[in-house]
Amino acid sequence: MDRFRMVFQYFQSNSESVMNGICGLLALASVKMYTSFDFSCPCLPQYNMAYGLGVMFVPPVILFLCGLILNRQSLVMLEEWKRPAGRRKKDLAVIRYMCSSIMQRAMVAPVVWIIVTLLDGKCLICAFSGSMDPEKFVGFTNVSTGQVQQLLAKVPCKDDELMRNNTSRRAVSRYLRCWSQALGWSILLILIIAAFLARWLRPCFNQATLLQAHHWSNYIDIEQKIFEETCCEHSRLFAHKCILHFFESMQKEIKLHSFSLRREGEEAEGEENLLRGITDQDQVNKLLKMWYYEKPPLDVSQAHQR
Amino acid sequence: MDKFRMIFQFFQSNQESFMNGICGIMALASTQMYSAFDFNCPCLPHYNLAYGLGILLVPPFILFLLGFVLNNNVSMLAEECRRPRGRRGKDPAVLRYMFCSMAQRAMIAPVVWVSVTLLDGKCITCAFCTSVPVETLGNASHPRLSHGEIQRILARIPCKEIYNGQQVIANEVAVRYLRCISQALGWCFVLLMTTLAFLVRSLRPCFSQAAFLKSRYWSHYIDIERKLFDETCAEHARSFAKVCIQQFFEGMNTDLVAAGCHLPRKAPADTGEAAEKLLGITDQGTMNMALKSWHRCKPPLQLYPPALPTGNGWAGEGQPPTHPSAPQRETAAYYSWV
Repeated sequence: MDRFRMVFQYFQSNSESVMNGICGLLALASVKMYTSFDFSCPCLPQYNMAYGLGVMFVPPVILFLCGLILNRQSLVMLEEWKRPAGRRKKDLAVIRYMCSSIMQRAMVAPVVWIIVTLLDGKCLICAFSGSMDPEKFVGFTNVSTGQVQQLLAKVPCKDDELMRNNTSRRAVSRYLRCWSQALGWSILLILIIAAFLARWLRPCFNQATLLQAHHWSNYIDIEQKIFEETCCEHSRLFAHKCILHFFESMQKEIKLHSFSLRREGEEAEGEENLLRGITDQDQVNKLLKMWYYEKPPLDVSQAHQR
Repeated sequence: MDKFRMIFQFFQSNQESFMNGICGIMALASTQMYSAFDFNCPCLPHYNLAYGLGILLVPPFILFLLGFVLNNNVSMLAEECRRPRGRRGKDPAVLRYMFCSMAQRAMIAPVVWVSVTLLDGKCITCAFCTSVPVETLGNASHPRLSHGEIQRILARIPCKEIYNGQQVIANEVAVRYLRCISQALGWCFVLLMTTLAFLVRSLRPCFSQAAFLKSRYWSHYIDIERKLFDETCAEHARSFAKVCIQQFFEGMNTDLVAAGCHLPRKAPADTGEAAEKLLGITDQGTMNMALKSWHRCKPPLQLYPPALPTGNGWAGEGQPPTHPSAPQRETAAYYSWV
């Protein structure tokens, strides 16, 4: 329980951890989806390749888009990219950094799907059994060309009546699975080497720029969160004031019609400060519009001088 | 238990998380419902299509409506739509934002059901087994079988135990074909939905970010205001009830003293707090009378009857009752008996 709470808190502790957590969850979901998906090759000449390659490439696109949707930072990046410059310049290096980190995280789940697919082998067997050269396999050499396509297309279906005890079927299947697994492991090796090199060689190029970009992308993210939290707090206080005012005005109306002593007691002065003088709809709208069209400069020294 | 409480607290911590939580639970419920449902294709020519398409399309509609029902904000939206303008204008952008965010969340469970159904394949196999292209996949050269006969045979494809058309078309071939089509449709559907969701999310910052910030703030405000108002009213009701009951017991006490039934309340030389809580009722008979009176003749909902001339002139101190003013009336009432 304690361990779970610690892990949970660690992932919540900062936004990068949250994104890594989501990335990991999507990768696990990708494996789970593959194992629960009931792969059933149609075993028909024109359909096999479409089905096999479809199952190998369409879910990765879906997982990639999911990775982008579920990542909060992609919205932050888009907003930063599209906002008017106003009083704060836009730094393209920061936007590029954010974009690349989002893409890297979104690519993990699709890559996991493709590798699991290749290592399992079913997709490639289904897609390419019809493209095999029948001369290489004993059981298919004496069959007419029309028939051979049909037979080869049925190789992925073990339980088909024609294929049940066909040893050449097993040969084709093993051959294709071997290629598929070799491809899977090669891709995995290449990706890991690429990731290793990228991490290791990164400090050799532009480390200072990278540190700055990392800092400011973090800053933009935190600023966005704090703005949202401040708006929430403000709206709560606003609502509180509004309701109290409503109650007071009702009370005043009633007092006009009856004899009663004046009621005293006002709300605490502290709350007036938290509202920061923003007390009606037009002021809030203006504030939100100003926040978008003219972000303040990154300079808080003026606040201290006031 | 602790884990559950923590997860629960996380989702309750803010409104959006809570709604996302309900959304996720409904999506899981949708997959669970599908796996628990015992699909039974009728294997009859005209019924297959109706059954298959019915299972594909009716539960999503139910889940969609359920998504709205379980969403607390629906009543808030309806209220905001229907209220008279009064002194506060209505912003259609806010109403649209609220409706859109509710509809998006309610769409998730139906989309999950349709995807799971299509990827599983049973529904499409059942619905379209009579449309399998027998010429290409099987052996259509059966002159002695009429069209109706062939339809009846094909309709039995999903029911392997009673299928009798191996010579027309092999059962496995037809099932594989239909399942392939169904899974292709399923993946395309999921891809389409994901692309739509992605476009909706990513095009918004490009076009209407300021308007979005405004709508989001005000819809959140309306929600909080409603909750705070409910809380204030609940607080008020509590104070009201307390004073009302207090007055009832005081009234009983006065009546009993006036009728000479028992001695007036002892001076506060007694243990002060306990004596006060007893409210002057110190024996069984009096208590029974109080309870009977409470049942037979509940006091009116009027804490300070207007302009009753009494000796000490404090009659009009409080405000007239049944009106939602701030809950300070409680203090005023206690003063009156000191």
